[in-house]
Amino acid sequence: MTRSPAIGAAALALALGAAVLPSGAAAQARPIPPDQVRSGVTFLAPDQRALQQDAFGNPGLLWVERGERLWREPAGAGGKSCANCHGDGAASMKGVAARYPVFDTKAGRLFNLEGRINECRTAHQGATPFPYESEALLSLTAYVAHQSRGMPLAVAIDGPARKHFESGEKLYTQRRGQLNLSCAQCHTDNWGRKLGPEPISQGHPNAYPLYRLEWQTLGSLQRRFRSCLSGIRAEMLPYGSPEYLDLELYVAWRAAGLEIETPGVRR
Amino acid sequence: MKRPGRRRFLAGATGALALAALPESVLAQAAIDPVIQGVVRGAPVKRGRVKLDLPELADNGNSVPVKVTVESPMTAADHVRAIHFLSERNPERNVATFQFGARAGRAEIVTRVRLAGSQRVVALAELSDGSFWMDAAEIVVTLSACIDES
Amino acid sequence: MAARIQIPAAAKRGEVIEVRILIQHPMETGYRVDHVGKPVPKNAIRTLTCRYNGVEILRAAMSPGIAANPYLQFCTVAEASGELEFSWTDDAGTQESARQPIVVSG
Repeated sequence: MTRSPAIGAAALALALGAAVLPSGAAAQARPIPPDQVRSGVTFLAPDQRALQQDAFGNPGLLWVERGERLWREPAGAGGKSCANCHGDGAASMKGVAARYPVFDTKAGRLFNLEGRINECRTAHQGATPFPYESEALLSLTAYVAHQSRGMPLAVAIDGPARKHFESGEKLYTQRRGQLNLSCAQCHTDNWGRKLGPEPISQGHPNAYPLYRLEWQTLGSLQRRFRSCLSGIRAEMLPYGSPEYLDLELYVAWRAAGLEIETPGVRR
Repeated sequence: MKRPGRRRFLAGATGALALAALPESVLAQAAIDPVIQGVVRGAPVKRGRVKLDLPELADNGNSVPVKVTVESPMTAADHVRAIHFLSERNPERNVATFQFGARAGRAEIVTRVRLAGSQRVVALAELSDGSFWMDAAEIVVTLSACIDES
Repeated sequence: MAARIQIPAAAKRGEVIEVRILIQHPMETGYRVDHVGKPVPKNAIRTLTCRYNGVEILRAAMSPGIAANPYLQFCTVAEASGELEFSWTDDAGTQESARQPIVVSG
């Protein structure tokens, strides 16, 4: 893959009106050109789009509200709440989701939001971690991500994150399952075309956790990965697998510049 | 729920093969009439005064927005007592009933329903004088609630 | 269970206002199966009432035909300041409620 000079690519990105990409990302050609990157919301039927944009009635907001209550609830051995360290979430969490997943040099590993919340619970609150898809973890993740609503995704893929990015990219482009399909074949090569009656989206994570009509509840990005894997008759790895984390980093980079919409609504 | 199956059933049940030639909307009304009768119990039902707002096409039957408005002064003497939302095909045909009083100000309800397939739906208003008024709509549902498991 | 209620921040006596509620409830149809194939039992909110300063202004009989995480919007005449109280019961017998203060001037 030819790599344009970092300055040239950044200037091109600015000229196209896209957000300036973080270091490292500018040197890497995006599989979907920045001027064609579209959020999943643009593939929705009007009624479902209206549901996401309903400032009161978006079902995902129920979890955001619950998350706000949990934020202030004391937990664990020390009886500390998130608010005790982080204060008002609306202020302190602004912009956080936009740069996740992120490599934490102190902990020496990659974190998604769920992982960071659980790390705080175990390391700082003396509390037990929340399982994936639990009401508590969904609510807190939704609450934190919601504070970055409207902000463009901008993850770092350089330095220690680089190997995770490359692993994620490999996972994304590798055929798998009985149907022998890769993520890229649908979401990069055939987005916009129909799979049955439904249009194929570009597979971006910018609205997660989101309310899926099929699930009739809020769900995480990893739940969506597992659904896709099931759909192509591939093995579903357990929640929290390192492969999913690498994939989350890759898809976040792939969606760079898209605004966070959490809580999204999808079919 | 197969449409040809219903035609055959109705044709067989009445022994009249001529039924099979009737348009779909007539059969849909025939299918929902018993549900209406379950509410009105023989009382006459007039068309009008009720406005049922429903999309013509729902991509996903799991959440379909619906609005029912009834023309009424909403006074103690003359108001809408209840709005019934009825389905031709859902497992539970009486989807919901909303009871109001004169304090409602406006006879209106907005909600989101599940629709188990393309069908006719009816909004039935029960007035304080005991009369019934209705509006009906046909909707095409691409992905049926309850039936289509993704 | 969480619920969100929305009414105008301030209303004038005699004004017809819109009341909106969004309730967190799966409204289980009884047709779904869980991840290991076990059927999820039917469990939907069946009755819901709204009282305005103790007087019932809405009574709803619902079914799984109402979409998950039910949304309702209806009207009422703003009469006096006080409270709107919603209560609802589901098939499992769980009773819940949510309150919203209402401010009416004039």
